[in-house]
Amino acid sequence: MKKSWTFARIREFLRLNPKILIGLILVSFFAVMSLIGQFWTPYIVTRMDASSVSEAPSLLHWMGTDNFGRDVLSRVMNGSGITILVALITVLIGGIIGTMIGALTGYFGGIVDEIIMRLNDILLSFPSVLLALLLISFLGPGTINVVLALGILFIPSFARMVRSEVIRYRDRDFVRNARLQGIRPLRIILIHILPNARISILTAAAIGFNNAVLAEASMSYLGLGVQPPTPSLGRMLFEAQSFLLNCPWYAIFPGITIILMILGAALLSEGFKEVSGA
Amino acid sequence: MQAIVKKLFSLILTVLVISFLTFIIFSIIPGNAALAKLGVDASPEQIAAMEEKLQLNDPVIIRYGRWLFGALRGDFGESLQYSGVTVGELLGSRLPVTMVLAGISFLLIVLLSVPVALFCVKFRDRLPDRILTVLGQVMMAVPAFFLGILITYIFGLLLRAFRPGAYEGLSLRYLFFPALSIAIPKIAMTVRFLKSSVRGELSQDYVRTARAHGASEDQVLKNHVLRNALIPVITFLALVIGEILAGSIVAEQVFSVPGLGRLLITSISARDYPVVQAIVMYITTVVVSLDFLVDLLYRLVDPRLRRGG
Repeated sequence: MKKSWTFARIREFLRLNPKILIGLILVSFFAVMSLIGQFWTPYIVTRMDASSVSEAPSLLHWMGTDNFGRDVLSRVMNGSGITILVALITVLIGGIIGTMIGALTGYFGGIVDEIIMRLNDILLSFPSVLLALLLISFLGPGTINVVLALGILFIPSFARMVRSEVIRYRDRDFVRNARLQGIRPLRIILIHILPNARISILTAAAIGFNNAVLAEASMSYLGLGVQPPTPSLGRMLFEAQSFLLNCPWYAIFPGITIILMILGAALLSEGFKEVSGA
Repeated sequence: MQAIVKKLFSLILTVLVISFLTFIIFSIIPGNAALAKLGVDASPEQIAAMEEKLQLNDPVIIRYGRWLFGALRGDFGESLQYSGVTVGELLGSRLPVTMVLAGISFLLIVLLSVPVALFCVKFRDRLPDRILTVLGQVMMAVPAFFLGILITYIFGLLLRAFRPGAYEGLSLRYLFFPALSIAIPKIAMTVRFLKSSVRGELSQDYVRTARAHGASEDQVLKNHVLRNALIPVITFLALVIGEILAGSIVAEQVFSVPGLGRLLITSISARDYPVVQAIVMYITTVVVSLDFLVDLLYRLVDPRLRRGG
């Protein structure tokens, strides 16, 4: 159980679990593609071309062109970068703050713990799209506000997960030992307890990433997220809807991109869960 | 009984707390009702007069109290974007559409999930189950609005089963398609949940006993396992109803159905806070009451809980 993370072990890990392997391939493929898309795309992302409007996929335009003659592949490459960036930052915000809250309330318990967890229960029973919409209606539309809204939204689920992990280890012998040696609580939480929860945190992060991609795409689709002319996958789907009959590929390729990204992260999280034996 | 009263009390408390929080937050954000009603060209005097008229200068607590008493009598104030229309009328005209939409989705979910899950369990770990599992995995990754767009393209534009964007009246035929787009990912989730629940039950002793008595595999599944396996699904379905409501926000937008969700989006864009507040209250109440109902249902279905209190 306490083996170190050597390459041999990682290889063994991947062979054991095909879900992690496929998930990793999908996620890294889109990560690399969107990273390239920030610096180089086959065509200029916002350039319109009247001579090639609504063209079907071809060797020149792998994913076809949209109603303004813009290259869909270029827009997908560039736009998925924003989607991934938003998702990563929201998971970071929700993960860090949620972990802190969960660890502290779980370790110390008491009335604060009780109140925060009751609040959490209420928040968790609400559909997340609705909460995101509400937060955005307070903050106003825009990319940064979507990041903030989703980040705040992810705090409860992380807090609850970390709290239950901390409670599980709080009264173990090694933690008592540490306490008797006079180690301060913060150090106990950070060095003695949280490393044991790493697989759970990783799983929660992968699930969070998924929800963030979905939520960002939905918000941009509804016109409340990333604003034009910046391409984002959700926004592209919204624009594509009016031209569905003439250029369905403008809707299909961004849609498939979202699906594969989410599928990749979902497989990763499930793989982690299976490996950790939960 | 005591537990039920306690639960009811916390239900009311939750609704109150959420209504108070949303009210406070809406009164903090810049741009108040007077501004929203008059538009940006209004002079400071006009705004001051309107603020006076709408009693916006009173402390938040008093305004909240006024709103709460109105709300208890079913009076949620007046919409800011449509002048002269009360929030109640607006909600009343949109609510039936969303209810029917949510109803069809829920029916689709319940009617399709159970047979599919049983089918999967019957062929567990063989090809049909494997295929459906992968399909379910993919379906859960599909964003609702993309599914909506695909359904629009396939059924609306290619097969011409309905005319996208041309919604009128309370047309069941039209609403079936947005309902389908809401239901499909939820069906995948429910099937997965039900499957793991059934599998858990299959390893129980009573299943072995039933088999030993010579019951066929179908009989075991239908008469013994399904009933027990459905108990945890009740909670799950209550959660799903909340998700359906959220899904209908997006689906109404994709299919341009004039329901509550579409009203919510336009009200958020127009900063029509009385309407947003009322819709929040409505959805809060539905979600919290469902939680309560599930608790009651549990006690009804599982006698062990009744005694435990």
